[in-house]
Amino acid sequence: MSGHEAAPALADDGVRWTTVGGVRVPVELLTPNLPDPYLDVEEYDPDADLMVLNMGPQHPSTHGVLRVKLVLDGEICVKAVPYLGYLHRGVEKLCEKLSYVQITPIVDKNDYVSPMMNELAINMAFEKLVGAEVPRRSQYIRTICAEIQRVGSHLLWLGTFGLDMGGAIGGGGTIFMHTFRERELLLDLFEDLTGCRFHYNTHTVGGNRHDIPEGWAKKATDVLATIGERCNEYEDFVRGNRVFQARTVGVGVIDPSLAIELGISGPVLRASGVDVDLRRDQPYAAYDEIDINVFTDTRGDCFARYVVRVAEMRESIRIATELLKGVPEGPICSLKPVKLPGAVKAPHGQAVYSAIESPRGELGTFVVGNTERRQSAIPYRCKIRSPSMHALQLLPYLCPGNNISDIIVALGSLDPIMGEVDR
Amino acid sequence: MTFENPWIHGLVMGLIMGNVALGITGYSIWFERKFAGRMQNRPGPTVVGPWGLLQPLADVLKLMQKEDLVPRDADKALYNLAPPLTVFCALSALAVVPVAPGWIIADLHIGILFALSLGSLAVFPVWMAGWASNNKYALLGGMRSAAQSISYEIPLLLSATVPIILADSFRVTDIVNAQLGGNWFAFWPPGPGIAAFALFFLCSLAEANRIPFDIPEAESELVSGVSTEYSGMKFGLFQLAEYLHTFIISLVATALFLGGWDGPGDNDGIIWMAIKSLTLFAGIFWIRWSYMRYRSDQLMAICWKFFLPLGLALVMFSALWVHLT
Repeated sequence: MSGHEAAPALADDGVRWTTVGGVRVPVELLTPNLPDPYLDVEEYDPDADLMVLNMGPQHPSTHGVLRVKLVLDGEICVKAVPYLGYLHRGVEKLCEKLSYVQITPIVDKNDYVSPMMNELAINMAFEKLVGAEVPRRSQYIRTICAEIQRVGSHLLWLGTFGLDMGGAIGGGGTIFMHTFRERELLLDLFEDLTGCRFHYNTHTVGGNRHDIPEGWAKKATDVLATIGERCNEYEDFVRGNRVFQARTVGVGVIDPSLAIELGISGPVLRASGVDVDLRRDQPYAAYDEIDINVFTDTRGDCFARYVVRVAEMRESIRIATELLKGVPEGPICSLKPVKLPGAVKAPHGQAVYSAIESPRGELGTFVVGNTERRQSAIPYRCKIRSPSMHALQLLPYLCPGNNISDIIVALGSLDPIMGEVDR
Repeated sequence: MTFENPWIHGLVMGLIMGNVALGITGYSIWFERKFAGRMQNRPGPTVVGPWGLLQPLADVLKLMQKEDLVPRDADKALYNLAPPLTVFCALSALAVVPVAPGWIIADLHIGILFALSLGSLAVFPVWMAGWASNNKYALLGGMRSAAQSISYEIPLLLSATVPIILADSFRVTDIVNAQLGGNWFAFWPPGPGIAAFALFFLCSLAEANRIPFDIPEAESELVSGVSTEYSGMKFGLFQLAEYLHTFIISLVATALFLGGWDGPGDNDGIIWMAIKSLTLFAGIFWIRWSYMRYRSDQLMAICWKFFLPLGLALVMFSALWVHLT
């Protein structure tokens, strides 16, 4: 058992580095012969007896309704094509019909594992667009919530990742039930804060709707401490497990230069040795008031992504606990309590982009205000850049040459959330 | 309990032991669910009957009421034949396992070979199901299953050879009798005995498609493997066969390595057989709920690169041991 030490932060422990597009990446992970995602199957090998397998959209392990068309030679994948859109709900189009105030509850369902991240992302863009200030107290609440959401999201990922390797009710199911026990504690926290466990609708333009109730800070600190201890249990359970290592080490290695090219971000990119974290690089909310350790790993495989995510979980627990100690007094919203949907107006037709570091990477929002006077409370265009969608673009490169078992594990390690992919 | 006529003996004993085995298998599912529940911070079945004790009956009733679907392009004959055949292969191995002195259906002089060959025959119905379902996941599951069963047959047989050499007989009753008085083959000869027991146990897990070797089923990869297209009681029969196989493996392992009905002192009897085999049975559940599954090529690598040489070494050692002592 390799103990509970944190993931190796970016260090020069014998890893050779090179620079790709101005970013430092480990040399070992650069793969010159990437699989061809547009491979012509007819010309692949005329003698091979190929089989087309549609994995999904009802497959139990594609994390929702992803469909991957696999061309198999025996059990080895030759070509993989992901098909998206089975969960398309037209959120971006809806945003063009609803006012800035009404949009928040709609986007809750995008990334349904950490809903508050969506609210934070879209409201930060709206605030930038209308030039609204956010009070310090609200910034703190937002940051604390974001970090707790990150813990909850990574907990769910760990559980489902166990399922991917252990069967629907099999061995991995045990870690699944354990992580869900902890996630339940976090959902209870949010219930105390906002009254909801899922569709919070708590962030609004200019601040928050719900203030921290009495005793919540203490309760949250206790819960986070509990989860910090339980993280050690997971490490005992999973990290030293021979079967877990056999299934993850060296599986689904992601080339960092390809990842940067495809716009991958978040833990997937950090596990490939790229030191990027928007919380540190472009501090938003209250992140400028706290030191953030960014964890990277230079192995780039599924095990590295596990290591990075667990380290991030501990770091998020630390950040949230420290911020909870010093929440400043003051108002929680700079605007008057919003009663009417048209209360927030952005009449100048500007275009802004703002991004946050969601548990899956860079969750960005591009908003264009409407110049038409009667439409000034409604965005002209609202584009959501979801990290999962970019992560899925790796599949045509990750799958070829692997068998189905590895494809499932590699897909699970990307942590795709289909609600966010299809929007 | 014995009858003069072997046919009557086999019929009566078969009726008793077969039904007891089926009953234990049914309730093992209840036990497993309770056990898994405790491991996962939940109570397990509680609704049907006290402590959910009627759950297996309710499950069977539910499965019987389900619509029996046969895929349009399935090979109907093979498709319908496969589930009963799996149960047949699993249950027949019970015939040669003695649970107490005289309590055996057919005391064959090739007993252990009979049990193992039926275990290896079980690959045919599984492959039949995989092929006849006309489903790609089932096909992959059947393919994996065939590869796995054929590979693990060899180390399984090699590890079973150790007690055969030590007891100088293929008859399971003789093997148990050779161990009476505490000379369990798992502990004597010291070292290799326990290795042979572990090898037998692990290969049996692979034979019965249990985690960490449940590659043919692999819920998360192959949806449900060979049983993907099966519904209702046919699906139930696959489940039943799997649990039966696991149970009979525990019985065989107890008879071969743990002294069968041999108890402390002179207290021999069926109760010790039950305690030992059910402990092994529960151990298999424990493994199932704590481990993940290997990949199919890793599974083959373990078999051919580690288990097979180990099995050969153990056979040679036991032959040498018998020669020298």
